[in-house]
Amino acid sequence: MVASRNYTDFANEATFEIKKCDLHRLEEGPSTTAVLTREEGLHYYKTMQTIRRMELKSDQLYKQKIIRGFCHLYDGQEACCVGLEVAIKPTDHVITAYRVHGFAYARGVPVRTILAELTGRKGGCAKGKGGSMHMYTKNFYGGNGIVGAQVPLGAGIALACKYFGKNEVCLTLYGDGAANQGQIFETYNMAALWKLPCVFICENNRYGMGTSVERAAASTDYYKRGDFIPGLRVDGMDVLSVREATKFATEYCRAGKGPILMELQTYRYHGHSMSDPGISYRTREEIQEVRSKSDPITLLKDRMINNNLASIEELKEIDVAVRKEIEEAAQFATTDPEPPLEELGHHIYFNEPPFEVRGPNQWIKYKSVS
Amino acid sequence: MAAVAAAAAAGALRRLAPGGRQGPAAGRLLQLRRGIRLSASAAMQVTVRDALNQALDEELERDERVFLLGEEVAQYDGAYKISRGLWKKYGDKRIIDTPISEMGFTGIAVGAAMAGLRPVCEFMTFNFSMQAIDQVINSAAKTCYMSAGSISVPIVFRGPNGASAGVAAQHSQCFAAWYAHCPGLKVVSPWSSEDAKGLLKASIRDDNPVVMLENELLYGVPFEMSEEAQSKDFVVPIGKAKIERQGTQVTLVSHSRPVGHCLEAAAVLAKEGVECEVINLRTIRPMDIEAIEASVVKTNHLVTVEGGWPQFGVGAEVCARIMEGPAFNYLDAPAVRVTGADVPMPYAKILEDNCIPQVKDIIFAVKKTLNI
Repeated sequence: MVASRNYTDFANEATFEIKKCDLHRLEEGPSTTAVLTREEGLHYYKTMQTIRRMELKSDQLYKQKIIRGFCHLYDGQEACCVGLEVAIKPTDHVITAYRVHGFAYARGVPVRTILAELTGRKGGCAKGKGGSMHMYTKNFYGGNGIVGAQVPLGAGIALACKYFGKNEVCLTLYGDGAANQGQIFETYNMAALWKLPCVFICENNRYGMGTSVERAAASTDYYKRGDFIPGLRVDGMDVLSVREATKFATEYCRAGKGPILMELQTYRYHGHSMSDPGISYRTREEIQEVRSKSDPITLLKDRMINNNLASIEELKEIDVAVRKEIEEAAQFATTDPEPPLEELGHHIYFNEPPFEVRGPNQWIKYKSVS
Repeated sequence: MAAVAAAAAAGALRRLAPGGRQGPAAGRLLQLRRGIRLSASAAMQVTVRDALNQALDEELERDERVFLLGEEVAQYDGAYKISRGLWKKYGDKRIIDTPISEMGFTGIAVGAAMAGLRPVCEFMTFNFSMQAIDQVINSAAKTCYMSAGSISVPIVFRGPNGASAGVAAQHSQCFAAWYAHCPGLKVVSPWSSEDAKGLLKASIRDDNPVVMLENELLYGVPFEMSEEAQSKDFVVPIGKAKIERQGTQVTLVSHSRPVGHCLEAAAVLAKEGVECEVINLRTIRPMDIEAIEASVVKTNHLVTVEGGWPQFGVGAEVCARIMEGPAFNYLDAPAVRVTGADVPMPYAKILEDNCIPQVKDIIFAVKKTLNI
């Protein structure tokens, strides 16, 4: 009944109104319109869908006890890491905390390598040494388990950007829970003093573990908490809003004006981690409301369909392809061998001649190779 | 011989300026950056302070990725004048004054190292490093391992460690045991000027996080530096101990300032016919246990000497490892530890003096071990 669509039937691009950002110490903010090309839209859709399905697969593997320890899932927040990545260059730098799988993928780590790290196999991106919270790749510095510690690190990376003079910036992310850490305020001070090209980004998903923002912060205007650092509050559920805001913020930094702060208002569907059902401190109704009204993938999909940038069938095909990719990745992650015991002592040091490492008793020795 | 001369010079200097602070006479004497020539040979007397300053200067010149940050390191010339003249020479980009924000600036230094720079992060004293210890351990030490070698952290954390003179409990702690406990770190502890210069250069050139525990009371002490040690390429390898004095009857193992006390004790004991072998560890982690074992096989007696507290300390580690190794069978008596007293450091001089290991305490321990 419905004839298949020819590619020439689609629009090349469409312009969308996006929410105006709340501003702090800024005369102007990002543009309130965003242009989305068909190509961009398909790319953002596929990327967000891949992250969504990857996180849901991780949930499944965790419940099967194939993933152990901590597992902090990112579903619901996809528009943040994707919107950030498409606004920066591969030569820019990103650092975040422990809710890291989405960022690792956005920065270029393949799904199979992420899942194999979660399952603790030698094909994992850290060869099984790091796990869920410690994933790294070029210009992506993790993956940091200590709440707030990544923020001074990010400013240090920004210092290196300024030192080397290559016009790069560092996106330094932290959550609403971490936003009350003292070391973040120490970092704001130094970043502003030294005009470091650091974009501070608070991913406010309304809950620091089980503590809502109202119960944790005397001021929940996280975009203003940088005080002397200009800030903007962004709709983190809209990938276009995140993209435009990030373009604005990185341009500010690259112009040598110093640091800037973005608060992304977002939401996580899962609890804090896999050991948290996520309903003792918030209601199922609230979660359901966000899913039905603000889901980032649905928002993009509706925009694309309604503006003739893609067809429902086409997006369904992408869904199928994504599911297949995730299944194959999970297959790899569950069949790849664990790291060999002989490598237990490796990588303690960098660029070091081999030496001996003590095991649980004096007769058990491992070799450490860099 | 050089070590005895240095110990005598150290004694002379202490009489000039008691309590470690330099009086005006000593200050003028030491103003010559390159030290004082003692003889016609190319060896020179150089203070630990000047040796560290030279090391920093040479490494800053050699590699433009090296930079120094910390409180008062730039315009104040360094709280203990270690970085004197460097800001004038290298400017704001390479020598950075920080606000009083240890956790913040240490994290910034570690991040800079992850992104390809080679920072030297100064703690005004290691007591303040406790505020930043999470960045040293969790961000610096563990990252190479957690990332399976894809991220390296070539950083040096340095500053004065342990007891000073009259600075009381919160400013006198020794952190050798705390930092040396952690895989992923290297920990060095210089005694002489040669140690200080060579180890700082080696630490800066090392691609791993290195904690360098200096000693404030040693900063003003001159030591002889050989011509070789004065060269710009002189480094002291990390992980190798040095035998400061050969001996046959007992092995004294020490690090930092107590090495000097061991040599003084050895000089006194020599007059009574007891020949001590004095080992200067130089590196706490990785420890050169083989050097200690070889010495104990020869002398059959072991005394460890350190400034830190006794429980879970450097000496405890040495004793445990000797028990586990071949040297145990050569011990004629249990190994003995001489350490700081197991109390927070008091202020009154008589109390403080009795909280640090003195020469008489070392002599007493040696005689107990030898049963004389």
